[in-house]
Amino acid sequence: MPAVKTIRSRTVVMPTSNIDTDQIIPARFLTSTSRAGFGKNLFADWRYDSAGNPRADFALNKPEAQGAQILVAGRNIGCGSSREHAAWALQDFGFAAVISTEFADIFRTNSLKNGLVPVLVDETTHGWLISHPGAELNIDVESSTLTLPDGTRVNFPLEGFARYCLLNGVDELGYLLSQGNAISTYEQRHR
Amino acid sequence: MFEKVWDDHVVVPETPETPAVLFIDLHLTHEVTTPQAYTELRKRGLKLRRPDLTLATMDHSTPTRTEQVFGGVPIAVDSAARQVQQLEENAREFGVELFNLQDSRRGIVHIIGPELGLTQPGKTIVCGDSHTSTHGAFGALAFGIGTTEVGHVLATQCLLQRKPKTFAINVINKLPRGVTAKDLILAIIGKIGVSGGTGHVLEFRGDCISAMSMDERMTICNMSIEAGARAGMIAPDATTIAYLQTAPRAPKGDAWAAALERWKQLPTEPGARFDRSVEIDAATLVPMVTYGTHPGMVAPVTGSVPAQGDAVFEKALAYMGLAAGQIISEVPVQNVFVGSCTNGRLSDLRNAARVLRGHKLAAGVKMLVVPGSQSVKRAAEAEGLDRVFLDAGAEWRESGCSMCLGMNGDLVPSGHYSISTSNRNFEGRQGVGARTLLASPETAAASAIRGRVTDPREFTPN
Repeated sequence: MPAVKTIRSRTVVMPTSNIDTDQIIPARFLTSTSRAGFGKNLFADWRYDSAGNPRADFALNKPEAQGAQILVAGRNIGCGSSREHAAWALQDFGFAAVISTEFADIFRTNSLKNGLVPVLVDETTHGWLISHPGAELNIDVESSTLTLPDGTRVNFPLEGFARYCLLNGVDELGYLLSQGNAISTYEQRHR
Repeated sequence: MFEKVWDDHVVVPETPETPAVLFIDLHLTHEVTTPQAYTELRKRGLKLRRPDLTLATMDHSTPTRTEQVFGGVPIAVDSAARQVQQLEENAREFGVELFNLQDSRRGIVHIIGPELGLTQPGKTIVCGDSHTSTHGAFGALAFGIGTTEVGHVLATQCLLQRKPKTFAINVINKLPRGVTAKDLILAIIGKIGVSGGTGHVLEFRGDCISAMSMDERMTICNMSIEAGARAGMIAPDATTIAYLQTAPRAPKGDAWAAALERWKQLPTEPGARFDRSVEIDAATLVPMVTYGTHPGMVAPVTGSVPAQGDAVFEKALAYMGLAAGQIISEVPVQNVFVGSCTNGRLSDLRNAARVLRGHKLAAGVKMLVVPGSQSVKRAAEAEGLDRVFLDAGAEWRESGCSMCLGMNGDLVPSGHYSISTSNRNFEGRQGVGARTLLASPETAAASAIRGRVTDPREFTPN
């Protein structure tokens, strides 16, 4: 997992609430056995028409969305299926952070495990972001703050362990493997 | 109950800075969410820590046509065929027990765990699939995980977890005639919302739940995730024990006696505090059908599409081709699906067959009946249920996830209404442009006969 320290980017706004992981990456693309290449099918059924052409009115297809690394989404993003392919697809497309007022549990976990930063904000901040698509934001992982264009700083929750993993680009498997003795002790006690 | 199971599996306690290391008793795996995890293990030179606690099956991307499962006709989608083959290779290389495509024990992962008796009270159970919550019906702590976490469990048999909060769903009184567990869980999701359970483990309790069969309890816990919950649980009792007593891989002899002693300790003490609670009066419920694009958009089969006015709601209705005020029972149905980890068990097939017996599908209706496992299929055939479906004009298939999600060739055509006993009515879930109406097996069968959404009580005797 690559280290993530700061993200500075314009936003793309998708105000829809309850965006489920079936929308983020439809099931028919899940037959891949690799982690790579899901970005081209990110939001496939919203992004392309039935002939496979980009829909001009879809947020990701607008010229100003190109190169944006921050997705501002409606409440309860990532609900439904546990497919980690949703986080992979967002990252493969180029997103480094997702902002919402509520994250579905499994999607939030999957995002953190891949270095895609889930930024939980209050309704007021969210409302401003929704009504200002393309706003230039700064996300600082170390201090867990989001900085708005006018310099306003908003804190977001990020527990110490997750922050450490993001900043150092380490995944949790190393930590779990280092607990081998404790796991063996547990196994012996519960045999 | 949740706290007891949690505490019993803590390897390293959580601190403000670090999550708990939680031991996992049973890891169920399938072909779609494991390949990248095995790749990671291979890359790091790691082995499986506990192959004895790991089981693999194939269900999501597998075909359900008999000629493709047993007749040597290749799987239609190349990438799905590769995925199936990849699981065979991974299982062989890492020493995991696999029920392959032709295995008589194969089925949907959440159907076979309980059927084998591997799902047991007090266990921690995970799978790279959100409907792992199903197993909570036995008083297990069971939840879905992503592929990275699948890798963690394969390598260490543990997960890093923060302790979730608890949420009691008290269901009082009896379900009226013709109203099922599926209707109850849809009503619960309608009440608490699709993110109402986020961060929580639900405990379904009350006399209504205690009176339910294990199949019904599994339907309830299965859809906990549709309310956003981490897991759903039901206290084990005499019904749970009777179910497991004859299951092939449940403990036997002295181990069974010891297990019973442990399981007795699990139920939540009277008066225990939950972080949240809600009460539902089952006696007030009627059959429920979804009309929108998430499971919380649900209405009584006797009702109409509500009005709400916000843009997201309108967008959902536009996708569904419905309008506020439209009578639910006038919505036409071209497609009917009976199956899935929600309603693909023997009792579900019996309930659908009871409604359908002696009737034909309405003109223009296509119906697919897909047993949840090969064992369910054999049991249904032994009772002649397959004949009921075939005589009505439905198709009878091999087990799998099938039309619950469009990745195995079983698809609903764009624009068609599909009344489905599955768990998700998301846009495109059953195929691009498909319009899914979630309902019970009884409602699905009644709707198949009429060719429109139909109250199953019109077909059930008093």
